[in-house]
Amino acid sequence: MAETVQQPTPVTTGDTLLSLDDVTLKFGGVTALNGVSFHIDRGEILGLIGPNGAGKTTAFNVVTGIYRPTSGGVTFDGEQITGLKRYRIAKRGIARTFQNIRLFRAMTALENVMVGADARHTTGPISALLGLPRHRREEAAGRELALELLDFVGVGGRADELAGNLSYGDQRRLEIARAMATQPKLLCLDEPAAGFNPSEKQALMELIRKIRDRGLTVLLIEHDMRLVMGVVDRVVVLEFGTKIADASPTEVQNDPAVIAAYLGVAEDEVVTDE
Amino acid sequence: MSQTTSAPPRRSRRDLLGGLRRRLSGMPRWAQFLLMVAIALLCYVLPLLEPPIISTPGTDFGGVLFTVSVYVLVAVGLNIVVGYAGLLDLGYVGFYAIGAYTVGVLTAQHATWPWLLSLPVALVVTMVSGVLLGWPTLRVRGDYLAIVTLGFGEIVRLTLINSEWLGAARGIRPIPSPPSLPLFEVPHLDWSTGVPLVDFSDTTTFIEFGVTDPIPFYWLALTLIILVLLADKRIKDSRVGRAWEATREDEDAAELMGVPTFRFKLLAFAIGAFVGGIAGSLFATRQTFINPESFTLLISILFLSAVVVGGQGNRWGAVIGAVVVAYLPERFRGFEQWRVLVFGLALMLLAIYRPQGLLPPRRTVRAQRMEAETEALEVGEEPEDAVIAAGGPTPDDAAPTDEGSSRG
Repeated sequence: MAETVQQPTPVTTGDTLLSLDDVTLKFGGVTALNGVSFHIDRGEILGLIGPNGAGKTTAFNVVTGIYRPTSGGVTFDGEQITGLKRYRIAKRGIARTFQNIRLFRAMTALENVMVGADARHTTGPISALLGLPRHRREEAAGRELALELLDFVGVGGRADELAGNLSYGDQRRLEIARAMATQPKLLCLDEPAAGFNPSEKQALMELIRKIRDRGLTVLLIEHDMRLVMGVVDRVVVLEFGTKIADASPTEVQNDPAVIAAYLGVAEDEVVTDE
Repeated sequence: MSQTTSAPPRRSRRDLLGGLRRRLSGMPRWAQFLLMVAIALLCYVLPLLEPPIISTPGTDFGGVLFTVSVYVLVAVGLNIVVGYAGLLDLGYVGFYAIGAYTVGVLTAQHATWPWLLSLPVALVVTMVSGVLLGWPTLRVRGDYLAIVTLGFGEIVRLTLINSEWLGAARGIRPIPSPPSLPLFEVPHLDWSTGVPLVDFSDTTTFIEFGVTDPIPFYWLALTLIILVLLADKRIKDSRVGRAWEATREDEDAAELMGVPTFRFKLLAFAIGAFVGGIAGSLFATRQTFINPESFTLLISILFLSAVVVGGQGNRWGAVIGAVVVAYLPERFRGFEQWRVLVFGLALMLLAIYRPQGLLPPRRTVRAQRMEAETEALEVGEEPEDAVIAAGGPTPDDAAPTDEGSSRG
């Protein structure tokens, strides 16, 4: 159904990494996404904002293959990925974190990240059993990458602790490390700053910039306006499953439709008709 | 593996097995290796030593040890499915039966293959049966999987009973033994005078698989256990083991991190079935006859309780659990019909006082220590709660403190 004719997308800027083309997703009578189209350029940080229930996480779920769109398609790195299995999409280079932390709680922090790193590995039980050199190399490389990423996100000292025992903030950071270990091209962060205090948010902004500097493209869902506006290159605003804006942070902040839908409720001072 | 764990402030826990393990993991590698070799050797000579308290009065000690070793094999195999991959399998006896019956069919019922040739075929057949069961059923999760596997075990048993081709209720006999290689005689010890004496009139032939002496069968089983444990360790410490655990912890998250969870669950089923098949084949050859009576649901439950009692997710836990489940009822055979009651009681007590199993995975131990520490830190809050509770508890009062403590 979704894999019908792969039409050339109108917004091909040549450097588009991901694009959603007229994605509609219905759950029975409820339309969660209604003809949503947007794209992300390589190396960009794109903010996806909108009031609660606007369809942000749903859009994430469509991108990562949890939901299959009722109509429309998702193109990643020049190929249609609609309807692919979730782990295949992950292997293509899309990784994500979760709004409600979903770590492998009974595994250590290091093991969590190594699971991510394993996405790039190919050896199976037989080579593990025989201890083939290729398997040993992969294990060593995975461990090294995992340790490096734990350091990168700032959980380096807790590699051997169980994920479930880490502090809330460390768990959030560990999720980022785990997703990055799959060596994605696109990293989707679903409200990474939820529950963070201002200084933690500041550090997270730094981290997101550093992630981009490593050559990753970032798709960011976030409620905190200051965080979003401070770090993203462009913002897509959803409301009731429809895209209502797609522009730079400053333009979006002055967009009357956005203010009415979202900012007007959140920040009193922006409301114009007082 | 992980030597960097910070030393916990309080270690004064009356946890004998856990403490033992902590001391073990602190030893240098070569010492651990030597200790393992020593334990293995002790296991090999155990039936010859016939030590007074451990030895089973009234039953052939070698036979009991063989039964125990079959249970150990089964528990280690089932631990892969239940402990590592988190797939509750209530029909594991089905694989055990398929292993036993394949050997029976190939060596006695419809062909006269040598045992050694039938074994690999039996293992392939069980593995394939694991995949065939897993292919449709591993798409369902949790309780549903338990029900489906329960059905599988029963289907296998009922098929055995009703299939004339498989000997129906009569079963299959006589199943041949593995090829013997009689080299020399090993004497047993005799403790009847209170001091151990070498008894040259009671000997075991190395290696002769006979009907009268089960000890060579035990040696064979023990060897296979060691091989399976080594393989288990290698696979568990690899990408495969991590994929299993990630799937157990959060299947969706694992999938999104690039783990083809279905494939790995199927692999767990196949490997688990393979090990179950080894156990079944051994059982069949030692028993020389098999019938559907030996493969009832109760046996499945016993297998599972071995894993759970031992501590699911830890291979040594599974081993200990199997020893408890298989050995204790034999040791206390003297108590006649009471022994099953006592055994059931022991299981209940274990479930109440040590629900994580006798030897849970290291992670569980660590998690609990952490929890205990957190609890200790929160003790200061408890009196306040108590006052509130005494004044008239409302859910609203309790909720914020609960949340605060779990977040903090």
